[in-house]
Amino acid sequence: MSTEQRSADWAEEAVLRHAGEAHLTREEQVLERIARARRRKAKVSEERITSAHGAGGKATHTLIDAIFLEAFRNPLLESLEDQAVFTAGGARLAFTTDSYVVSPLFFPGGDIGELAVNGTVNDLAVSGARPLYLSAGFILEEGFGVADLERIVASMAAAADAGGVQIVTGDTKVVQRGKADGCYINTAGVGLLERPVSLGAANVAPGDAVIVSGPIGDHGITILLARGELEIESDIESDTAPLHELIAGLLDAVSGVRCLRDATRGGVATILNEIARASEVAVVVDEAAVPMRPEVRGACEILGLDPLYVACEGRLVAVVDGGQADAAVAALRAHPLGAGASVIGRVKDDPPTLVLLKTEFGGTRIVDMLIGDPLPRIC
Amino acid sequence: MRFVDEFRDADKAQALAAQIVALCEPGRQYKFMEVCGGHTHTIYKHGLEDYLPDNVTLVHGPGCPVCVIPMGRVDDAIDIAEQPDVIMTSFGDMMRVPGGRGSFFDSNAKGADIRMVYSPLDALKVARQNPDKRVVFMAIGFETTAPSTAMTVLRAAAEGLENFSIFCNHVTIIPAIKAILDSPDLRLDGFIGPGHVSTVIGCRPYDFISRQHDKPLVCAGFEPLDILQSVYMLMRQLDEGRSEVENQYTRVVPWDGNRKALGVIGEVMELRPYFEWRGLGFISHSALRMREKYARFDAERIFEIPGVRVADPKACQCGEVLKGVLKPWECKVFGTACTPETPIGTCMVSSEGACAAYYNFGRFSRERVREATLT
Amino acid sequence: MCLGIPGEVVEILTDRPDLAKVDVSGVRRAINIGLLEDEEIVPGDWILIHVGFALSKIDEQEAKAAMDFLEGIGVAYEEELAALRESMIDTE
Repeated sequence: MSTEQRSADWAEEAVLRHAGEAHLTREEQVLERIARARRRKAKVSEERITSAHGAGGKATHTLIDAIFLEAFRNPLLESLEDQAVFTAGGARLAFTTDSYVVSPLFFPGGDIGELAVNGTVNDLAVSGARPLYLSAGFILEEGFGVADLERIVASMAAAADAGGVQIVTGDTKVVQRGKADGCYINTAGVGLLERPVSLGAANVAPGDAVIVSGPIGDHGITILLARGELEIESDIESDTAPLHELIAGLLDAVSGVRCLRDATRGGVATILNEIARASEVAVVVDEAAVPMRPEVRGACEILGLDPLYVACEGRLVAVVDGGQADAAVAALRAHPLGAGASVIGRVKDDPPTLVLLKTEFGGTRIVDMLIGDPLPRIC
Repeated sequence: MRFVDEFRDADKAQALAAQIVALCEPGRQYKFMEVCGGHTHTIYKHGLEDYLPDNVTLVHGPGCPVCVIPMGRVDDAIDIAEQPDVIMTSFGDMMRVPGGRGSFFDSNAKGADIRMVYSPLDALKVARQNPDKRVVFMAIGFETTAPSTAMTVLRAAAEGLENFSIFCNHVTIIPAIKAILDSPDLRLDGFIGPGHVSTVIGCRPYDFISRQHDKPLVCAGFEPLDILQSVYMLMRQLDEGRSEVENQYTRVVPWDGNRKALGVIGEVMELRPYFEWRGLGFISHSALRMREKYARFDAERIFEIPGVRVADPKACQCGEVLKGVLKPWECKVFGTACTPETPIGTCMVSSEGACAAYYNFGRFSRERVREATLT
Repeated sequence: MCLGIPGEVVEILTDRPDLAKVDVSGVRRAINIGLLEDEEIVPGDWILIHVGFALSKIDEQEAKAAMDFLEGIGVAYEEELAALRESMIDTE
């Protein structure tokens, strides 16, 4: 397109804008209608919960907005971070909860117990808090093996040790055979926020750098393959790990940390979308810079999955002041869990709320929030 | 990854792009259609269109075997799945496609047992492991996938399995291409031809396109350099005044196809007199069904399915969007009744469907995206 | 319908010669090679995998020819760029 043509188009657009909506082209009217619809209150259109609602993508967010936020609305909840941070009795506390329903219960690299402790430790740690105490609620299926329960609980004890927390209260329920897939676990956690930091997805600004602490997709692929239906063998293991020390090291070394998240369901792409929307910025990712194990890549290629959406369980996504990116990577790499830390992208001001990818091929693509789980495809 | 990474090399892409530009006649517009859904996916995934000059556009064709399945057939599948003691198995692609009564996911929510598999052989395994259940495999796909279904049926026969059947929705590619060529609104300069379908049927079946319709066709691989090279080969044909079928994907596609694969399709399946394609209407001899000889593996004979034809909602204009005749925002229900969360047609269901893509990102011009990403 | 991935044959299963263990970047699955019975498949061969079946044996010579062609274009492009750069220097 010639410069003259381009200028002419921009001029026409400017005229239309100034003239008010009545003079919008049909296309712009349609887009404006969509924008209005988006601004309206969220609504769940389905009558029944489907698996998409649990995937962490758009359906989940709509469910949370329309049902939970709508009913419980309060300022602490509205930020929709991984934890709530508040002051009580003069202390700044972080409080979170998570439920674990993974199947299979035992998989290469860990089990549901380890996940249940690490996940909640991490949800606390990403606020900058020091995780202190966990609760553990068990929902057990009638007929579940006691030996399996002992294994899970032993994992939880070990993970609690490693995470620097104590499990101080809990609950047990037994449900009929056929429910609860053997064992479901809920953990809630409380931590102390001693650092004067206020991390959050809405803090991000143009110029910031996006860092991941290591190769992505290990956990999601491990679970998918461990289910056995795909008959695919590999040496991939879950990356489940407590990130509190990794985070402490980062926060000690770098003052300009804007936001920390652990990438769980929905993968790195979901977190970046949440950040882009909360801060109204563009996040531009360099595909070639995203660390990934070759086996995870192989599995994703066979199944037609996009690794950016595959769950991790021990990976940090950190957005830091651009000028401190190198220091941040160095601080992360100083810890064994951060060995593969890399800058994977930058924050820009335009186009706002979008996550963009510079592909390895040198082209561009938009990385949208998923509606539901990433599904293997043949087409 | 060998045979993959080297075909994703950005430097070679630059070089090819320059060659394509060099072959452009000033002031002329070039429109090529890629038929395969897989090609569309590659183009989006790698951002291939960023390498093409503004006067070369790719039109995304209807070669997505998931998108063309009419709502009624999805309903039929759900009907089978809801019968007692049935386990339905399906590729992931189908799980979210809405029929008249919802999708496979919705069905699971209501208590059906519909499981995702990677291969029809995995469905066979489910059948072996659940002898008291009737296991059905929802077979979709073009000629690429039909041989796998056929081989699975032959295996089931060899093992004497009695609880396994196929709900056959295989379609054939040539009638789809014919429908495109016969469409009066579409003016194409050439085709990026099917890659993996061609490993089965070979390159000869496309002769009529170059001979009778005077349009070049290049069978293309699925890595971005494959597609870019195919565009280059098409441009060369146009530049040299040729109209031929060429094979870019020579490392995988044999000119004569796969004799054994065609053989097993022929043994197990036969052409239906006609089949309804979503968006394209009824097309004769365009789909496969199980032969009488293998009736015991044919879900349509085993189960009584309503076979009701569910008309696409009157307002659905997916057909024209699929053919590139209408832009997404020109469809009357776009953005109102039809959204990615409440999709009516397949253009909105698939995340690469023209409508889904436009709904989510249409307000952001390619220029803005390119500038933010590449500078 | 289109998703096919190249994989390396690691082993032909002795009790099931129509099955091969195939490796894709460290991930392995048994693939049915029954559609390739006209070819002799041995460990080290590369095949195209689609829904658990091998559709085609990858012709390594053709792959190399494809690469050579692309490299050739790449070289020609580089030479043109270099020539262009030189000519611009000349005009300054």
